Amino acid sequence: MTTTAPGAAGTVVAPPARRRRAWPALAGAGLALVLALLAGVWVGALPLPPGAVVVTLLDRVLGPLGITLPGALEGTEAAVLMELRLPRVLLAALVGAGLAVSGAAYQGVFRNPLADPYLLGAAAGAGLGATVVIAWSPVQSVGPIGIVPLAAFVGALVGVGCAVALGTVAGGSHTPTLLLAGVAVAAFLAAAQTLVQQQNTDDLREIYGWLLGQLGNSQWSDVVLVLPYLGVACLVLLLCGRALDVLAVGDDEASSLGVHPGRLRLLVILAASLATATAVAVSGLIGFVGLVVPHIVRRLVGGSHARVLPMSVLVGGAFLVLADLLARVVLAPAELPIGVVTAFIGAPFFAGLLWVGARRR
Amino acid sequence: MPRSLPRPLVAVPVALLLTLTACGDDSADAGAAAPETSASDAFPVTVTGADGELTLDEQPETIVSMSATATEMLFAIGAGDQVEAADDNSNYPEDAPSTDLSAFTPNAEAIAEYAPDLVVLSDDLNGIVDTLDALSVPTLLLPAAETLDDSYEQLEVLGDATGHSAEADEVVADMQDRIAAAVASVPAEAQGTRVYHELDPSFYSAASTTFIGGIYTQLGLENIADGAPDATGGYPQLSAEYIAGQAPGLIVLADTKCCGETAETVAQRPAFGTLPAVQDGRILEADDDIASRWGPRVADFAEAVAGTLQG
Repeated sequence: MTTTAPGAAGTVVAPPARRRRAWPALAGAGLALVLALLAGVWVGALPLPPGAVVVTLLDRVLGPLGITLPGALEGTEAAVLMELRLPRVLLAALVGAGLAVSGAAYQGVFRNPLADPYLLGAAAGAGLGATVVIAWSPVQSVGPIGIVPLAAFVGALVGVGCAVALGTVAGGSHTPTLLLAGVAVAAFLAAAQTLVQQQNTDDLREIYGWLLGQLGNSQWSDVVLVLPYLGVACLVLLLCGRALDVLAVGDDEASSLGVHPGRLRLLVILAASLATATAVAVSGLIGFVGLVVPHIVRRLVGGSHARVLPMSVLVGGAFLVLADLLARVVLAPAELPIGVVTAFIGAPFFAGLLWVGARRR
Repeated sequence: MPRSLPRPLVAVPVALLLTLTACGDDSADAGAAAPETSASDAFPVTVTGADGELTLDEQPETIVSMSATATEMLFAIGAGDQVEAADDNSNYPEDAPSTDLSAFTPNAEAIAEYAPDLVVLSDDLNGIVDTLDALSVPTLLLPAAETLDDSYEQLEVLGDATGHSAEADEVVADMQDRIAAAVASVPAEAQGTRVYHELDPSFYSAASTTFIGGIYTQLGLENIADGAPDATGGYPQLSAEYIAGQAPGLIVLADTKCCGETAETVAQRPAFGTLPAVQDGRILEADDDIASRWGPRVADFAEAVAGTLQG
């Protein structure tokens, strides 16, 4: 820390962050994500030599080119790295990115700092879908897709769909009405979920495990499954960044600048909900990422959505990879539910952020 | 009214058992004590559950069992006819009078409707024991056993409470014999085999401190869940890579009914194909219910595990 006087420090901080260039922050976040991914594949319940891990990864990347590297892992160690750890770390990055960017998008659309991806009934809908099939489904999968991810995905979209439909009927494009519709739908679906759960106490462990979020069963098939949906949703959200900035000025001003507020909101909500539903389908309900990461990002690059959204993708990915790393390490070889870790780190971090922010003002 | 058992037939084995089990007693005393234990004479009787002492003035004839394990125990010791109603999880034996009473969200009024003269529970959820006490319904709380000895003790308590002490002793002796035989049947080369007990497909397992883990200890197996810190309370959630790294020689699936796991699904999991248990076909597809209860069928489970180790 410097020895500058408090008054001087205040003037140093004064220039608003949004005037900074975007690329150093983006590069920094990208680097953080890469480092998080590396840490994620290096550390685990089965100790693997760090050098051999890198060699093995390079070997697999260069393999198709006909190059083989000496010193790569073999047998069970190679299987653990390539079939268990790598897909898990990548899935954590994808899920974190999806939740964070949709959280940022929801916060932008609703102009509400408390908005998160689960606001409009996505979590409750997914929870109900997952609980119903865990309790009653006679089959474990439909084709190559597990029945629980499928039901969670559909449930999340149905939840958001109900909220949007109800909100539109009740208040048009009025966002507070949509928020309240989301609250009503979420409460109803959550009650239905609890009811089904109480009727099927045999399945409690599985249901709770899902509700608390899990990445422990991640496979390559999950990564492949989520990639297209998350890719499309993220792309749409990133392209909407500028328009959201225009919308922030006010609906009338946005209209005069050629942005249709109602359509833009709907598009962003649908894209964010698609990202959320996809993330929830493969990992269960992981809380706090979608709420906290956009706020962290705003501290770094200011409030412009054109910057917050891409930064949220990178920081969200890194955050969840590190949270999952902690979930694997703290009680190793036992695991903590990932949702517990994100809230346990996220909440105090968030509180600290608010405190620092308040002192600056 | 429920049929009653022919008392003299009960009394003979009781005498024999007392002779066998009582330490330091001379046979004359044991013989003299025998007639007193015939069912109707045994009451009033005082038994002790986790909810304190309970004195039963007469043999209970309208028992409500709110515990699937207690239901199995009651039927095993010949008190099945006295069970009027059992909770919705009591799916064994087949003639258990299972109802829609929920042990998880117990409703005192629904239980009281059966006018029970004894309610057996394994969990005191939502203050159900106090509520039943307030309705003057006698309760016997027999929580999940932590060791086989707990299990034997609960059988004996239920025997005393229902007037079937002798049969309870027989059931206990039979379990002890069968488990001892299962332990003896484990081949020397299988001693110390690493076992992974799977509670669900997200890799929850059971350490040696748990009831089911204690069975593996008796069988001379090494439990990979013991690598987890004590903070996880005996039922840690392991990770796939830890399990793969531990290379278990025996996998016991206690998630066949809940989650449809089989030897095939395990073999198809990433990085599981090379595990010794998978390669040698030592995957036991256990019955979830047997593996999660502490009733007499635990002997079946011990035999099944020992059998897998011979295969």
